[in-house]
Amino acid sequence: MTGQTSSRAEIPVLSVRDLEVAFPTPDGDVQAVRSVGWDVYEGEVLAIAGESGSGKSVSVMAAMGLLPATAQVSGSIAYRGRDVLAMSDKDLERLRGSSISMVFQDPMTSLNPVMAVGAQIAEGVRIHQRVNSRTARSKAVELLDLVGIPNPGQRVDSYPHELSGGMRQRAMIAMAIANDPDLLIADEPTTALDVTIQAQVIDVLERAREATGSALVIITHDLGVVARIAHRILVMYAGRAAETGMADGVFERPSHPYTAGLLGSIPRLDAPKGTRLIPIDGAPPSMLAPPPGCAFAPRCPRATPLCSQEIPELRPIGNQQSACHHGEDQYNEDEDV
Amino acid sequence: MSSPADLPVETTPLLEVTDLVKDFPIRSKGAIRRTVGMVQAVNGVSLHINRGETLGLVGESGSGKSTIARCILRLIQPTSGSVRFKGQELAGLSRRQLQAMRRNMQIVYQDPMASLDPRMTVSAIISEPLRIHRTTGDIGARVGELLELVGLRPEHGNRYPHEFSGGQRQRIGIARALALEPDLLILDEPVSALDVSIQAGVLNLLEDLQRQLGLTYLFVAHDLSVVRHISDRVAVMYLGRIVETGTGPEVYETPAHPYTQALLSAVPIPDPKLEKRRRRIVLEGDAPNPASPPSGCRFRTRCWKAESICTEYDPELLDLGIGHPVACHFPTPDDLMGSEQG
Repeated sequence: MTGQTSSRAEIPVLSVRDLEVAFPTPDGDVQAVRSVGWDVYEGEVLAIAGESGSGKSVSVMAAMGLLPATAQVSGSIAYRGRDVLAMSDKDLERLRGSSISMVFQDPMTSLNPVMAVGAQIAEGVRIHQRVNSRTARSKAVELLDLVGIPNPGQRVDSYPHELSGGMRQRAMIAMAIANDPDLLIADEPTTALDVTIQAQVIDVLERAREATGSALVIITHDLGVVARIAHRILVMYAGRAAETGMADGVFERPSHPYTAGLLGSIPRLDAPKGTRLIPIDGAPPSMLAPPPGCAFAPRCPRATPLCSQEIPELRPIGNQQSACHHGEDQYNEDEDV
Repeated sequence: MSSPADLPVETTPLLEVTDLVKDFPIRSKGAIRRTVGMVQAVNGVSLHINRGETLGLVGESGSGKSTIARCILRLIQPTSGSVRFKGQELAGLSRRQLQAMRRNMQIVYQDPMASLDPRMTVSAIISEPLRIHRTTGDIGARVGELLELVGLRPEHGNRYPHEFSGGQRQRIGIARALALEPDLLILDEPVSALDVSIQAGVLNLLEDLQRQLGLTYLFVAHDLSVVRHISDRVAVMYLGRIVETGTGPEVYETPAHPYTQALLSAVPIPDPKLEKRRRRIVLEGDAPNPASPPSGCRFRTRCWKAESICTEYDPELLDLGIGHPVACHFPTPDDLMGSEQG
């Protein structure tokens, strides 16, 4: 995945290479991530998209060193050129929460239920910045205001259970940007929320990113959310990258049959009435024993014998990169439509 | 394009719900659980479904859409209101009469893993309704037929639910619901737990089954794109009320209630270029607590059009010249896709 970086001179904020993650189980190793790489640059929004079990969350958790000790992780992860996997626990702690911070899907499990949200934000501020408690508290109020929580001066003393789901997610975002991170990672930040609240939270994420100038990696299964917020997209399938490129290009002319299949299977609010959906046949493979060759081949309308023998590597097609032996055919098909 | 809603239909709708109310008591903690308040989950809802059509009931969490589904089947007792199926009132029916009635009305739930008994084989699951209702004939052959109908193989009958993928499990749930050849299928978030590539297959199956078997659907969901795709008519709910209803095109192309407009504008469309130029109405705050709804219009606390009349008078669900019923004092049809369709 170096082709796409050729036009850029700067060093990525985070660079992931050849990442592999396996979880040992009594039935064998679950190969959750099988050689994935990506870069995210300053001020950029990268979406990692895929369905359940595609490895999109695991790859990011591995990059942040947040997987359980049983997980077998290999590959390289570099923060501004520094090797993250070689860092001491102390350095890693400094990195997380100050340079890189995360927003999770379910704020109720990541917030401390017996501590006021303001105190939680202030705690994060004081771990990474030399400020007194009064300054930290006023910083917390400021942050709650920035993420659009009404009456931040009072809400700062609210406990998580006193806030609605949307408000909790805002509080999580406030906490995540408290130390001006370079990189914000949001793992399905809107999945549990109603659509009107989802729209609010996406707005807040964008505002937070603009206020801090940080890069954003958003992990989502919702291609609508990708279209709304992302500059670049990485589509994952069965632990590998299927396709990556600028979001505009990938949505307009997908160069992987899986991407095309996903787009064809979504009912769209603007589709002509009576449009028949095109499902993808079958189901994703077991990650205990992924099929040889291309993992998507058993479900792919373009599959040939080659596909079940040889794993396709990511290669440039148009302005994108596709891991498909028939990527050109897919890319050109969409031109005729 | 003619939807079943446009065709002349029987004078009696298959299902008719009038002024349905469901209050859930809020009880105090402790040994003596006194009732300290009421959550008005459904507050005076009327709707009808004609034979062969799909009514989509859409709303966010807490809007009361699933409660309506359960009240129709009498899985919970409505506080008041009438539910008529084929013209017959269901309130006051005896247990036995209700059971006979339920043959014709079946439900499919969101989470097939929770609604399929993990210790029963698929055959046993699908044939259970046949045995309960003492149907005559070759049950084994019927199960095989039902499995094929939903796109599974007859030999799948010997397996257990955990051996199937999410999409296949939902197909098993549908086969069970179809076992007694019901007229009405209530689908409560049937594809919400599925990945999109799998969801499409289940939606296509539901469309095919409706055509083949002449089924009538009440499709309850929070996903506006899915509801638009499958429904002939749509009812949009907010805090226990229907705020707007009409045919799919009426509600989706010319929404007139501010809530419907906000809801539709909030749904992201998988097209980055379109997303960049769409007009978006972002609502302030959250839905109010249904235990203490606002006076007058329930949406007024989040509405940018609200005036004093909205605080005082609750708008009725009426067609005030818009072309379809809208519960708003200031309804204005708005073509949200305007920039895109020209």
